[in-house]
Amino acid sequence: MRKNIKALSIYVINTALAGIILFPLIYALMISLMQPSDIFQYPPKFIPKSLYLGNYIEALRSVPILRFVLNSFIVSSVVTVGQIVTASLAAYAFTYYDFKGKNVIFLIFLSTMMIPGEATIIANYLTMRSLNWLDTYQALIVPNLSTALGIFLMRQFFLTIPKDYYEAAAMDGASKFQFFIKVLLPLSRPAIGSLAIYSFLMTWNQYMWPLLVTNRDEMRTVQIGISMLQMAESQSFGLIMAGVVMIIIPSIVAFIVGQKQLIEGLGAGALKG
Amino acid sequence: MYRIESITSKANYKVKRRSVGIFLKNFKAEIEPFLYLLPAASIFIAFTFYPFFKTIYISLFITDPQGGLSKFIGLKNYFDLLTSSDFLNSLYVTFKFVLLTVPFSIVISLVLAIFANLNIRGKSIFRTFYALPISISSASAAVIWTLLFNPSIGFVNYLLGLFGVPPIGWLTDVKWGIVAVSIVTIWLNIGMNFIFLLGGLQNIPKDLYESAQIDGANVFLQHIKITIPMLSPTLFFVTVVDVINAFQQFGVINIMTQGGPVDSTNVIVYSIYRDAFFNFRFGVASAESIILFVILLILTVLQFKTGERKVFYR
Repeated sequence: MRKNIKALSIYVINTALAGIILFPLIYALMISLMQPSDIFQYPPKFIPKSLYLGNYIEALRSVPILRFVLNSFIVSSVVTVGQIVTASLAAYAFTYYDFKGKNVIFLIFLSTMMIPGEATIIANYLTMRSLNWLDTYQALIVPNLSTALGIFLMRQFFLTIPKDYYEAAAMDGASKFQFFIKVLLPLSRPAIGSLAIYSFLMTWNQYMWPLLVTNRDEMRTVQIGISMLQMAESQSFGLIMAGVVMIIIPSIVAFIVGQKQLIEGLGAGALKG
Repeated sequence: MYRIESITSKANYKVKRRSVGIFLKNFKAEIEPFLYLLPAASIFIAFTFYPFFKTIYISLFITDPQGGLSKFIGLKNYFDLLTSSDFLNSLYVTFKFVLLTVPFSIVISLVLAIFANLNIRGKSIFRTFYALPISISSASAAVIWTLLFNPSIGFVNYLLGLFGVPPIGWLTDVKWGIVAVSIVTIWLNIGMNFIFLLGGLQNIPKDLYESAQIDGANVFLQHIKITIPMLSPTLFFVTVVDVINAFQQFGVINIMTQGGPVDSTNVIVYSIYRDAFFNFRFGVASAESIILFVILLILTVLQFKTGERKVFYR
């Protein structure tokens, strides 16, 4: 009996906490389904009278949201694949080769974590402008193609893989590159998964860099798009929330699909780092 | 004589050829690791190191509105900034923002992690909910919370009103603007902090709590005496991450307050943005970013120095 009461109270507390944490998201969803007349009532309503989809239709008409979503998908996917490629290649050199200056180069790579984006953003912007890359996918993609965190994560994982695999592959006549492609990468699926979900979310949610290097509507990403929608329709709250819901859904889906990898990957990074 | 010569030269030739072969093989083996490093290294060089040093260089100049360097002035931009009341205000606001966001982010996430770590059925669903804010962008969060903070139809003032609190001008009152952007930032931080802290909690051996229970310590005391010290490496790590993130918050401020009201949320990052991309003072803005870098560097080194002494490692 006492045990049951304890379990019940834990449920009640957890449910209440979850309600508070999720409240802004549920609120956005509810407002997005309300008719304008419901939104402007006082006291404010939380549950829509009926399911009203007009806000979604209006939001899609007001700004090219689908184009923003497409842009963000292209940029985030290419950056994700690129980060996996650059990180695993570099991590392979750091774990399966011995060469002069290995530790120094590793430290130099890690030191990029100490340079905040703000300390490079002005010069990078000027570079993009002089390359005529403003309003292009390259500008949104190329500077993000490599991160020290990704290299660190892949390296930590490679270190856990027994060297016997390498020796066995070498005995079978596999070259170092073949071992990397055919044995090491398939074994590293968990780490690749963590890096993939992390870099996808980070790129999807990027705000300052896309704000600076894009100007034309066709090149804007979702995060800039949502603030444009807010500016254009400052009093149509239902429409703005409909836009927010549409751009949040892909990142929540990505999170739910990849949360196990994300949590394991971040945990490994934190404990060993 | 002739024959002998020709034999030795033939032998020489063979030796030479073999050594060229070995040399080529060695050369290939030696550059091979660098080929693997090349893609990552070129990105770092082109988009981190080169622009970093270029920013330092630009910060020593007066620039024209196109970003061209017009006059070398040494450290004058830095001296001007450190004596300008606007920049000192930005520094002050930034530190205030750090102090408002970091402790609350950690305490709230720790409470969530403790409750999500209790052994109940279906705990994984609560874990998903608590970690969820990690997937939300600062832009979406800012847009949602702008409505929540709306003075006439927003839910926040309505809820506070139920407790008799008079309406607050969250985004228009000089006192409350920084609180509003801090609340949103805390909410955004929760997801990542929760993931790290839950991971830390799961690594604490259960028998420590059992023996404390036998000694008669209540739950609260158990957390003070066992959880906090055992979790200190993770708490330390989370603090470093949150401090660095707070120094770099831009999206929430740009969307919710644009640095206002009356510069009360004009953090350094926002001031860099404004100086560079509205006032086109690239030299000054570059100096500001280098000052931000130095502050972050000092803070990180300090945190690691003091942290290492105070943190309880197993």
